[in-house]
Amino acid sequence: MINTLLFIVLPYVAIVLLILGSVYRYKYSGFKVSSLSSQFLEGKNLFYGSVPFHWGLVFLFFGHLIAFLFPRAVILWNGMPVRLFILELSALAFAFLTLSGLLMLLIRRVSTPRLWFITNKMDLIVYLLLLVQIISGIWIAIAFRWGSNWFASVLSPFLKSIFFFNPDIAAVSALPLMIKVHIVSAFVMVGMIPFTRFMHFLVLPLAYIWRKYQVVIWNKKVKSISES
Amino acid sequence: MVFHLDKCIGCHTCSIACKNTWTDRKGAEYMWWNNVETKPGTGYPTKWEDQDIYGGGWEKTKKNPKLKSAGKKKGLGNIFFNPKLPAMDDYYEPWRYRYQDLFDAPEGDDQPTAMPVSDITGEVMTPKSGPNWDDDFSGSPDYARKDVNFKNISKEEQEAMFMLERMTFFYLPRICNHCLNPACVAACPSGAMYKRGEDGIVLINQKKCRGWRFCVSACPYKKSYYNWKTGKSEKCILCYPRLETDQAPACMHSCVGRIRYLGVMLYDADKIKDAANTEEKELVKEQMDIYLDPFDEEVIEQAKKAGIADSTIEAAQKSPVWKFVKEWGLALPLHPEFRTIPNLFYVPPLLPTMASTANNIYESTSDSLWDSIENSRLPMEYLASLFSAGDKEIIKQVLKKMMAVRIHRRNKTVGDMPADESLKALKDTGLTEEIADAIFRLTSIPLYDERFVIPPAHREEAIEMLQDTQEYKGETGLGFTEKPKRGL
Repeated sequence: MINTLLFIVLPYVAIVLLILGSVYRYKYSGFKVSSLSSQFLEGKNLFYGSVPFHWGLVFLFFGHLIAFLFPRAVILWNGMPVRLFILELSALAFAFLTLSGLLMLLIRRVSTPRLWFITNKMDLIVYLLLLVQIISGIWIAIAFRWGSNWFASVLSPFLKSIFFFNPDIAAVSALPLMIKVHIVSAFVMVGMIPFTRFMHFLVLPLAYIWRKYQVVIWNKKVKSISES
Repeated sequence: MVFHLDKCIGCHTCSIACKNTWTDRKGAEYMWWNNVETKPGTGYPTKWEDQDIYGGGWEKTKKNPKLKSAGKKKGLGNIFFNPKLPAMDDYYEPWRYRYQDLFDAPEGDDQPTAMPVSDITGEVMTPKSGPNWDDDFSGSPDYARKDVNFKNISKEEQEAMFMLERMTFFYLPRICNHCLNPACVAACPSGAMYKRGEDGIVLINQKKCRGWRFCVSACPYKKSYYNWKTGKSEKCILCYPRLETDQAPACMHSCVGRIRYLGVMLYDADKIKDAANTEEKELVKEQMDIYLDPFDEEVIEQAKKAGIADSTIEAAQKSPVWKFVKEWGLALPLHPEFRTIPNLFYVPPLLPTMASTANNIYESTSDSLWDSIENSRLPMEYLASLFSAGDKEIIKQVLKKMMAVRIHRRNKTVGDMPADESLKALKDTGLTEEIADAIFRLTSIPLYDERFVIPPAHREEAIEMLQDTQEYKGETGLGFTEKPKRGL
């Protein structure tokens, strides 16, 4: 029963919230679609927090994504022990990088009085969720070897079954508690995106890559000039 | 836009008009879309001109100008932390006074005081810096001596300049330059910033702005500001709601010294890229070549073809900016070496002349016609560093013209100068009596309509083309459609 709730109901609720919530916030509350940057109020310690945290997270995110999309390739890669060690060690290194960044951000926010005045309740929930997620992840990486292998054979099929509307939770239900915590908190985070500063993840300015540098808008639309 | 620095009295009325109209809001307290600096001085934010610190503006490369510390690679690579962003302490921590204490204090032996409290934390604080903190502090070691424009002036010369007899200063009012090659627009990863085609005003779409803050670091003039409360960047909007209703911007309208001029300039957008990427020596000249003669038949024809209204062309012909910048060659861009092609021009100040003390008698008269310019109290290098990317000749030419107008008018109104000297001064600078009189008139006694030539915005036609106006009847079209309140 509890497994059904956690691994079938929660994922779908999270995904629905993500889609409807994001569209709603973007459309009706466009002014709030960003992460409230505090670099202006404190710009020294932020570097040692934000940079390792974000880059660590970028690598971990793509690591999980690749394992989910190409499980066979990951298992094949892990066929040689050396390659397995390299993969596991670098993943663990990025996890520690992310954790150290997050702790730095947390310490910074608590110890800088100026920042208290732009911190809201949702930011505290964000910190809590991230702490749970990263610590449980590191715990799993150390306690349940080798994650990159069994992720491909246990979690990739589970996630796939969710996306194909044919949830199969038999294998997931049997996993140790810490792994369940990691999965549940991941889905909670997905569902929380529209209600927290996580929202800025959805508006990465990728269009900048192919945009021309200068933007000119004619109210009259007689012609539009853009200089590169 | 033209600001005539000789007329600026440093009263800060412009700053207050702007502040009361636009930035008297939470998170915007520290912003001065219009500010007035004392020069020599470090300015606001501190040392904004030093791009080694702030990394603003463009750099020359082989083909196209390149953003100094922003752009596609550097911008997106530093998206998690903007290394060149000025922090609040580079401006100042805003505060207000607890005036209520003056009324509420219990009776006692001492006078109650209104304590300063921070606008951010609400705690009692000791202001360490503030708006115009360095006002009139020329010569002081903390401000004037740290002026970035002294880079190319020798130590001895600097020390000589700060001698009591020689000390001088002038004011530099600054607003957004609404550049032709804006670094802020190019650096904005979200595409929230844009230049309006019709009037060239550079704006930030508050809904599209995601607060990456690259406009703040990319603008070499530091005229884009981050609102720490709403998490969005804001900047001078050239009072476009006023402009569209035929009123001068608040700072210009309220200017006590009447130093500000506003008018239309027609320009050739195809020349911008090359002008921004030219040799440092050529920057001023190339920029001047972008602007087109509004009396030229071909220019008028092309402008009409491009859909520019007749009223706008007419305004361009009457433009005081055209006169000061192109016709008379009196106004120069501020720091052209930033390569943003700023649209705000300054008539440099006629500095006080250097006096000599012979036999303990203070003497400042001279036999030579141009002596007062050659021997001004601030070295020419200083003005050249501000207005001509280091070219002293350009500055000298402008100052000589201004001096010639003075000599001519003195000859005409007071009559205590030899007429041939006046004629020689005009001839030396390539002016005629008519032009000198016109310069005098627009400088000293211009009417409101001569200072501000604002063409109708033709919003009515523009709107009809895009939407059914009946649908929007009764709407003001101003203000936030959503309150700028955060919480997420």
